Amino acid sequence: MTALNWLGQFVEVLVALALAPLFLGWVNQCRAWLQNRSAPSLLQPYRGIHKLFHKDAVVASNASSLFRIAPYVVFGSMAAAAAMIPSLGTRLPFTSAADAIALVGLFAAARLFLSLAAMDVGTAFGTLGARREMMVGFLAEPALLMVIFVASLMTSTTALPLISERLMLQPLAIHASLLFTAVAFAMVMLAENARIPVDNPATHLELTMIHEAMLLEYSARHLALMEWAAALKLFNYACIGLALFVPWGLATGAEPLALGQAVIVLAIKLSVVGAGLALIETLSAKLRVFRAPEFLATAFLLAVLGQLTYLLQVAR
Amino acid sequence: MSAPPLDLQIINALAALLLLLSFAMLSQRRIVSLVNLLALQGLMLTAATVLLAWRTGETHLYLSALLTFALKVVFLPWMLHRLIRRLEVYWDTEPLINIPGTMLIGVLIVVFAFGLAQPIAELASTATRSALGIAVAVILLAFLMMITRTKAMSQVIGFLSMENGLFFGAMSATHGMPMIVELGIALDILVAMLVLGVFFFQIREQFDSLDLHHLETLKEGD
Repeated sequence: MTALNWLGQFVEVLVALALAPLFLGWVNQCRAWLQNRSAPSLLQPYRGIHKLFHKDAVVASNASSLFRIAPYVVFGSMAAAAAMIPSLGTRLPFTSAADAIALVGLFAAARLFLSLAAMDVGTAFGTLGARREMMVGFLAEPALLMVIFVASLMTSTTALPLISERLMLQPLAIHASLLFTAVAFAMVMLAENARIPVDNPATHLELTMIHEAMLLEYSARHLALMEWAAALKLFNYACIGLALFVPWGLATGAEPLALGQAVIVLAIKLSVVGAGLALIETLSAKLRVFRAPEFLATAFLLAVLGQLTYLLQVAR
Repeated sequence: MSAPPLDLQIINALAALLLLLSFAMLSQRRIVSLVNLLALQGLMLTAATVLLAWRTGETHLYLSALLTFALKVVFLPWMLHRLIRRLEVYWDTEPLINIPGTMLIGVLIVVFAFGLAQPIAELASTATRSALGIAVAVILLAFLMMITRTKAMSQVIGFLSMENGLFFGAMSATHGMPMIVELGIALDILVAMLVLGVFFFQIREQFDSLDLHHLETLKEGD
């Protein structure tokens, strides 16, 4: 049985690595359709990564070893996070390796390395991007933790797979608290993944960019890893959201049939999430950087409200 | 563990949305959107009242739902929109405390209100008693809005939102006040709005603005 479990785990990580650029491509395609542009191919992110892997890397002469290591660390922590998040099954070996709080810590470690590497070369843009990223990050993290704590309160555990399993078992009911936290999570997801109200993934305009500013010094395989990691981060966040709010369809074992079914369900859910993400991005305008704290304070507030309404409606 | 009946779930969800709308009003700078949020709050209140009336079978609740709809969703927002157009006040000035700060104070107020309502809710026998805390929170948040805003228009909107909270509190604790009291309150609000409407024009004529800080100087020619 254990060999089968490890095989399931392997499949889960493989699916995450393979599907992440596709998910990004799908979001971009939906966005292009909604904005009346002709859409790029679904496979465009793969082509970008493939092209970058075949180029020669150029590294600034004063870059330290941190600058070279960072892409591998960032990519590695995103891949590790993909293994821990129950995107396909809840009983796979790695999903019990860490709870949701450790997962948030893993994301924070990736952010730290990304920001340090951006400041390493010493260009103005890198430093600017790193500082903005840290500002967004320190506001988004408490909101994300609050979102997870609401689900933890309902299921009395902080382990993500157990949360999804217990939520699946609960009787179907309208939970106002989960509704609030779902909105809060969507806001955190937009902010953390450099999507439109906070950052624009398609711009290189110095006044507005956050994530792109940090990657300006990277080229070739380093840049490819960074972009793949960014796609993986978006995929991971989507999977956390699905595990918390729509867990139905996850496999609770490692039987090949159940996992195969879970892959199909995941693909359907992700296509809906991607379309929704593109819709939000099309409908909203980019906020000024100074408005970002307000946006994230609202997310934090919604999560706290969700928690409070849950406590009110249960503790009677 | 079994889920509560569906209509009760919906009433609880509507109560939570009422609270959310109060926070949305706290964070809103545009007065036109404030009025729209107020109308939406009235609509939630109407829906909750109808559901409660259907659940308890008390016919006078249908009447008060109708009253709420006519007054708080249709008439008052229409009148406020008209006033906004005629007075040409579209934006509030920056509130006394900045908006994230106000929101954080709001969260503390919600915690306080929930704690305050807990022992009272235990005395009530109605199924919707858990919504009492939300009603108290809506009232106190409206207070907060009236305190932090300086324009007369947003203070009046805060006042109306407070009345929404009071109505919801009465409904969730005792299935509504006696009809005669409800009619009296509705009439009061209507008259208050009409008087305040006249008042706005007087204030503006005197001070050339709707900022109530001007009313704090008592002597002329300061």
